[in-house]
Amino acid sequence: MGGGIIVAAERIRAAGAGPPRRARDPVNLPMIRNWLEAMGDDNPVYERTGVAPPAMTQVWTMRGLHPAAEPADPLSAMSAVLDRAGFTSVVATNCEQTYHRYLRHGEQVEVRSRLLDVSGPKRTALGEGWFVTTDSTWYVGEEAVASMTFRILKFRPSSPPTVSDAAAPPVPAVAPEAGPAAVAPDVLRPVVTRDTAFFWAGTAAGELRLQRCGGCGALRHPPGPACPRCGADRRDHVVARGTGEVFSFVVHHHPPVPGRRLPIVVALVELTEGVRMVGEIPGADPAQVRIGAAVQVDFVRVDAELTLPAWRLLP
Amino acid sequence: MNTAVGVVLPELRILVTPTFVISTAVATRDFQDVHHDRDQAVRRGSRDIFLNILTTNGLVQRYVTDWAGAGAMVRNVAVRLGTPCYAYDTLVLTGQVTEASSEGCTVAVVGRAGGGDHVTGQVQVGRIQ
Repeated sequence: MGGGIIVAAERIRAAGAGPPRRARDPVNLPMIRNWLEAMGDDNPVYERTGVAPPAMTQVWTMRGLHPAAEPADPLSAMSAVLDRAGFTSVVATNCEQTYHRYLRHGEQVEVRSRLLDVSGPKRTALGEGWFVTTDSTWYVGEEAVASMTFRILKFRPSSPPTVSDAAAPPVPAVAPEAGPAAVAPDVLRPVVTRDTAFFWAGTAAGELRLQRCGGCGALRHPPGPACPRCGADRRDHVVARGTGEVFSFVVHHHPPVPGRRLPIVVALVELTEGVRMVGEIPGADPAQVRIGAAVQVDFVRVDAELTLPAWRLLP
Repeated sequence: MNTAVGVVLPELRILVTPTFVISTAVATRDFQDVHHDRDQAVRRGSRDIFLNILTTNGLVQRYVTDWAGAGAMVRNVAVRLGTPCYAYDTLVLTGQVTEASSEGCTVAVVGRAGGGDHVTGQVQVGRIQ
């Protein structure tokens, strides 16, 4: 797949600059005034000498509210290639603009862009992606008035964990090329102790295990060394049915969580057995989650060492 | 105007209100929904609407020309983008002269927002008249 992207990039790069995009309007005072007012820029030079702020160069050739498709534009063409390969998200990373001179009121500008470089795939904090660098030049007639090198990251967002049916073997949420024994980086890991090891061994085996007091028989979660009711330090466990209902929940929008795409829904689930447990409802539409909703446990295999319980809304 | 290497520019603090995010997006003719539609921005995983790149460029330029004066000619603005600058963040711009000659000077600029460095970059300004 990477080879296909490189071939396409080379083809687009070799085609050189795309067709010129002409500014909708000549450089004009009303747009400059809007820009100065919005930016809070009170520099008098623009009105006094009839020039435009240099940082407005790109504004003149922006595509507007309802942009027409531009398949011959190198950046559009490269973006389409990466979209098809699953790298659908975009974030700008670098921008360098050089102004050969300031634009003057009434000048008609146009821009031509070419693909400079495509590099990847690279693992980034946002997900795997490709850096795409383009080079644009603005002209008034034949005169080059400004240029820009612009780099974006086209990436595949770190996807929500793959949820498997409880009856089916767990599906690894890590990239296949990482291999089945690999350990996923960037994942917050639980601390496994002698008190909690049985629980994590259970999730790996596809069982939701609840600690049971060896004295009074009470169930408890999270696991601990002694019974909060009778104080006994003998314990064993039972396997929960894996059903329950949402007792409470939060929708987490910020800050970012390693390896996760936000927002995520985190629920406090009251199990059929009567104890409560915190877990994510991966892939849930926050608008669909409500207190009292019936849920079923799933097991999300993160890697060879960690399988997390998660919750799925029942219809 | 003192443009000697090491000179520190006065700090500029901008309260990035929703009105600021939206009016600058429209003034730069950037109609991406994440810059004016909070519901869409949240659906796409953002905390709120956030500043667009053309505005960040404009603010970095404005920061340096506010200091350098109306006679300064901006020749080059190079920025590296970091964390988004969301509505209700305060963007704090700081700068320092890193190179100077009879032709002009280079100013290193950092813009910090709520989540860290929103922008780091350099502005070259030509001879100050």
